[in-house]
Amino acid sequence: MAELSNQLMALTVLAYLAAMVCYAGEYAFGRRSHIGRAALVGAGAPVPELEKAPERDRGELVGRIGVALNLIALALHLATTVTRGVAAERMPWGNMYEYILSTALIGSAVWAGVLLRKPAVRHLGLFASLTLVVLLGAAALVAYTPVGPLVPALNSYWYVFHVSTIIISSGIFLVGVVPAAMFLIKNGWDTGKRGFPYTLGKRVGDAGTLERLTFRLHAFAFPLFTFGALIAGPLWAEASWGRYWGWDPKEVWAFISWIVYAAYLHARATPSVKRTTATWIAVIGFVTMLMNLFGVNLFFEGLHSYA
Amino acid sequence: MTVVEDRPATAGAPPPGRGNPLWALLRNSWRQLTSMRTALILLFLLAVAAVPGSIFPQRSVSRENVAEYFAAHPKLAPAIDRLFAFDVYASPWFAAIYLLLFTSLIGCVLPRLRDHVRALRTVPPDAPKRLDRLPQHAPGAERPEEPAAVAAEIAKTLRRRRWRTRLRETSDGWTVAAEKGYLKETGNLLFHFAMLAVLVGVGFGHWYGWHANRLLVEGADQGFCSAVTQFDESVLGPRVDASDLPDFCVRMTDFESTFQSSGVPKSFEATVEVSENGGDYRPDRFTVNDPLRLDGANINLIGQGYAPVLRYTDRYGASQTKVVPFLPGDLNMTSEGVVQFPDVNLDPATGERDPKLQMGFEGVFLPTGGTDGSATSKFPAADNPVLYIAAYRGDLGLDVGKPSSVYALNREQIADGDLKKISGERPYVLRPGEKWTLDDGSTLEFAGIRRFATISIRHDPTQFLMLIGAVLGLAGLMLSLFTHRRRVWFRVVPAENGSAIEAGGLPRTDYPGFGDEFAALTRHIKEGTP
Repeated sequence: MAELSNQLMALTVLAYLAAMVCYAGEYAFGRRSHIGRAALVGAGAPVPELEKAPERDRGELVGRIGVALNLIALALHLATTVTRGVAAERMPWGNMYEYILSTALIGSAVWAGVLLRKPAVRHLGLFASLTLVVLLGAAALVAYTPVGPLVPALNSYWYVFHVSTIIISSGIFLVGVVPAAMFLIKNGWDTGKRGFPYTLGKRVGDAGTLERLTFRLHAFAFPLFTFGALIAGPLWAEASWGRYWGWDPKEVWAFISWIVYAAYLHARATPSVKRTTATWIAVIGFVTMLMNLFGVNLFFEGLHSYA
Repeated sequence: MTVVEDRPATAGAPPPGRGNPLWALLRNSWRQLTSMRTALILLFLLAVAAVPGSIFPQRSVSRENVAEYFAAHPKLAPAIDRLFAFDVYASPWFAAIYLLLFTSLIGCVLPRLRDHVRALRTVPPDAPKRLDRLPQHAPGAERPEEPAAVAAEIAKTLRRRRWRTRLRETSDGWTVAAEKGYLKETGNLLFHFAMLAVLVGVGFGHWYGWHANRLLVEGADQGFCSAVTQFDESVLGPRVDASDLPDFCVRMTDFESTFQSSGVPKSFEATVEVSENGGDYRPDRFTVNDPLRLDGANINLIGQGYAPVLRYTDRYGASQTKVVPFLPGDLNMTSEGVVQFPDVNLDPATGERDPKLQMGFEGVFLPTGGTDGSATSKFPAADNPVLYIAAYRGDLGLDVGKPSSVYALNREQIADGDLKKISGERPYVLRPGEKWTLDDGSTLEFAGIRRFATISIRHDPTQFLMLIGAVLGLAGLMLSLFTHRRRVWFRVVPAENGSAIEAGGLPRTDYPGFGDEFAALTRHIKEGTP
């Protein structure tokens, strides 16, 4: 079963990669593609050629194949995670490899949900699948750990509550940063910026919709993160280490993320704070989450160092 | 943290004159402090200020790591120590930020509490003249009944749906004003007051709590009772006196551990006997995630290791036995330790001690020794225990009065030649039951192995209240995020065949679902369904 999980993992990464290539294909050769247009101009082709129907259909088709591949990748991803859990006879989040696997799964599922409800956000697929490929690649190459039972410190029912809520909320924060970044880019484009990242905004949907999506994802993830990090975590820490809060590096960074996301929600609720400012705070929050996921595990020694 | 920053000035207020400048300064500072902008900056400062605590070792987490840092950075460490780099969360600058933040919070939530209480007692205001200018508007539904009856029915429907409703008669008909979602502000205030309660709880827990560490070796002779002198390390809160500690005694009868074949631990369990308040000893047990909860203190299992039992018989035939915990250094429990016998080789005639004849042994304990002769353990369980040990004779340097480690011999004494290594270059290998005869005829016997547990003993009187505070805070947070304050108005006027109903709706906060709710509500009203 552990072998199967590893093979499925390889397939999952390949499927996300294939989906990414399709999204990139649509991005580059699609009808509204500014890259495709530039490429053809460079090749001496007349620009209006692009407005023809077959060209549009091809881009559209590649994009749809991308979505299908993305869903297949999600199914494989789910199978990888489940077989891993079955092989270890426990929840699949006992070490950093499994933790990233599960967090990415939640992120991917939320992304797929958004994608199916609002097909217009497909342009973001390139960035979403790129994030997933990088995360899973890092998990498989850097953090891989053979299947094994839990160390005694993790053998608690709080393991299920604490880690699952943190994984789900981190997964949603992870997805939330995509509309946040696209809002900032789109807003920059709309206000007349024509530098590099803003040119991406040309093809992106309505800025207001992206901003509201950002807020809703964060507003959903924040209470979940509060429960996982500031209620279930301290409850478990009290039973395991004898104190509910001890400024362990992981706790410090969870505290920092919580403060930053709280600042985002406050800024969002304040009419005099610009929406771009508020969204930048959400992006900073995401950076602190990444720091907690990778930085703290790699740079600092602490009580949360299990793998 | 006032959400609505720009409150309209009170109508008819006198123009600001030249009041007391000090008072004006105070008033303006207070307004600045309680503004949202300041609160956001303080939140960011708090987040940034927490970062050094994860970069530098903290005294509150591990004193040993701080000592190591001082040894590794002898110039930098004292300098940044003056800036509280090793006590970030107890530093004045960290306290300054969170106290300012909480002052700002109090300054914001108290007026909001007053406003909210006032709002809860106020009836929804009357309909604006032009309902069609509101974000939601539904014109001209017709009903055959009289306006008064229709308006009363609308009010009833709204009340059933838990809207706060007010029915008013106007010159040309009736209006129904309704408002819902007061829980948003209630939840928001609950969240902020819960945060204040948690901060106060942290303070009280610090004042009235205490904690201690102890290394507890297996055996009835190795137990301890709760007293500051019997702990290896203890920190009492400023309001706790040594005599306030609860009365209990603990001794460990057994310690069991199991490991995976890779050496990763599978389980630990300590079996103990406990006596509380002078009562009889009763059996109990605790494991890693299941502490021993006593009256007034909890005991958690933090770590574990091996304590070899060593018997030294001196050149005159007198013997002493010591149980010495060796500190584990790696996953397979390769453990280091020393055993010192200062009071041996006493002259049998005079009973006097010769400081040149004190004995010290330095060793490495391997629970599972390999066949290659290397001094690293192959497995954490005591499958093939081996002790690699070296003997030293001379002045151990224990009487100088300087604090010294019980896990290492005095390096200065060795360097000065007052403590000499009397075994060869390679350490002697001892297995349980074996005896090593030294050059003067004295012997060291490896008499056995006991397990030890490192335990944390802690009492925090406010932690249950903190939990309640955190849960209430979360409940408030969810109410404030997921409920929405909104108003609707219905105007009912006489029409040819009964009455005409016009409706308008106003979401008072950002609420994307309001359109759907308003449409459903007006459809029910139009169709007369409840």
